[in-house]
Amino acid sequence: MSQNDTKGIWKVISASSMGTMIEWYDFYIFGSLAVVISTKFFPSDNPTAAFLSTLATFAAGFVVRPFGALFFGRLGDLIGRKYTFMATLLLMGCSTFLIGCIPSYETIGFFAPLLVLILRLLQGLALGGEYGGAATYVAEHAPVGQRGYWTSWIQTTATVGLLISLIVILVTKSLLSDEAFDVWGWRVPFWVSIVMVGVSYIIRKNMHESPVFSKAKKEGTISTNPLKESFGNRYNLKFVLLALFGATMGQGVVWYTGQFYAMSFMKTVMNVNSSQVDELLGIALLLGTPFFVVFGWLSDKIGRKYIMMGGMLLAILLYRPIYQKMYETVNLEQKNIVSVGRSTEINEAKKELHTITKNIYEDGTIVTKKTAASINDKTLKANMSSEITVNSSDKWLLVFLVFVQVLFVTMVYGPIAAFLVEMFPVQIRYTSMSLPYHVGNGIFGGLLPAIATYLVSNSKAKGQADFYLDGLWYPIIIAGICFVIGMIYIDNTKKSMD
Amino acid sequence: MNTIKRTLGIIWLLLAFAAAYFCVFEFGLPKLFSDNQEDLVFGIIILFILTPLIVAGLGIFGYFAIKGEYDLEKM
Repeated sequence: MSQNDTKGIWKVISASSMGTMIEWYDFYIFGSLAVVISTKFFPSDNPTAAFLSTLATFAAGFVVRPFGALFFGRLGDLIGRKYTFMATLLLMGCSTFLIGCIPSYETIGFFAPLLVLILRLLQGLALGGEYGGAATYVAEHAPVGQRGYWTSWIQTTATVGLLISLIVILVTKSLLSDEAFDVWGWRVPFWVSIVMVGVSYIIRKNMHESPVFSKAKKEGTISTNPLKESFGNRYNLKFVLLALFGATMGQGVVWYTGQFYAMSFMKTVMNVNSSQVDELLGIALLLGTPFFVVFGWLSDKIGRKYIMMGGMLLAILLYRPIYQKMYETVNLEQKNIVSVGRSTEINEAKKELHTITKNIYEDGTIVTKKTAASINDKTLKANMSSEITVNSSDKWLLVFLVFVQVLFVTMVYGPIAAFLVEMFPVQIRYTSMSLPYHVGNGIFGGLLPAIATYLVSNSKAKGQADFYLDGLWYPIIIAGICFVIGMIYIDNTKKSMD
Repeated sequence: MNTIKRTLGIIWLLLAFAAAYFCVFEFGLPKLFSDNQEDLVFGIIILFILTPLIVAGLGIFGYFAIKGEYDLEKM
């Protein structure tokens, strides 16, 4: 590969990755600011607004993405990759910016949550169209034998987007007072998006169309009906199904377990302090992110199949021991208390007496319990909360255990873009690869937190001793089925893209 | 290998039926009749999005496997 070629491919990677990263950023800030957004747009005392809130969370995150994949995938196979993923970028950026401009529920009433829901659905559609375009565009530029390596840069964007969203929110919060952030500062991360999208749009605008697609267009071999050819043709449909049940379904649940379920498990099941969870998750993600590229590169050498299946197998075998070990770090029955501190304060506004009890354990673990009692009736205890601050060595143990899960994510996710684009011919590539990816990630992966939480609460109600591990049955079973299908039906030989 | 692929097709078909039962009677319907609105949306997604995807998708996949669509010479 000459120096000019290398420079050219880096330009392609930068333009594609930056846009995709911004789309993930836009998608995540809604989730990261969910608490403040709900107070501004979805008052809990209004059932309709609360219903719209749930729809905004579920529908955009899970259901709309496959529809975006179909809509923009079809466009990408008809008019080209470049213009389509520029459209998704603009759609995402404008929707995000506009969410930051909507007046609150107090000002415009019911229209506020309705507008948020509509814009959130547009975000989901855009995200559904973006990934396939970026992955296809990069893969069709990449030299033969290096597709795994170059497309793996696209795979890092979801994690980097999450990190940047956290950083922008953190910086905005640190520059403003709590009151200012609550009144208008929460809008800043949404407004920042339009600047990033503008820069990315200019970069993408100056890029050329994918050479493989241009050649097909010139020869008049592009599809006239990509949806019909992808899903109405038996030969192609069997590969769409194989991609879904033999790869993306398992990849989706491994990804969501490592990056999202680990976080919610530590916060809600282990009751670890929320800031401490964010910090240790951030460290694990930073340490793990380079491995997307490592496994993408390795997949060029030994094939995509065995790396992805290896990641799934490790996840299936090790999830329960890993979560068992994580839970043990906060098992207070095995720790000795060395001191107990208690303080009280009166909240005049709420007419409540707050009691904070701090138990310090021999190994440095701190348990903080908060209770609130009405001043008028001191026997009434309410709003009890308890959180654990783990000691330094346990913190690093948790970082390691989350890092191991991120490694599984990088194994299944690093090579998948190359794997998917190689599965389908140029005429229907965008459509055919986008759908299984977004069904696997959006539906199978996206439903993981809700299903896992349901399984945990169900077995807790039955009084099972290891109830906290039962949420893992969902990713283990889904990844298990996917592993068997992938190992038996997927071919590991290298494929041509032409 | 082709024989294994075809035989396992029956398993995928049976799994599609099993998934239909669990999705409808264990996850979907109980959530659909819950008073909690979040549960209601979850139930709707399980019943009308996840269930058809798994049942139809895995069913067709199993059928294709039985018919030999995934035989080595056809890949």
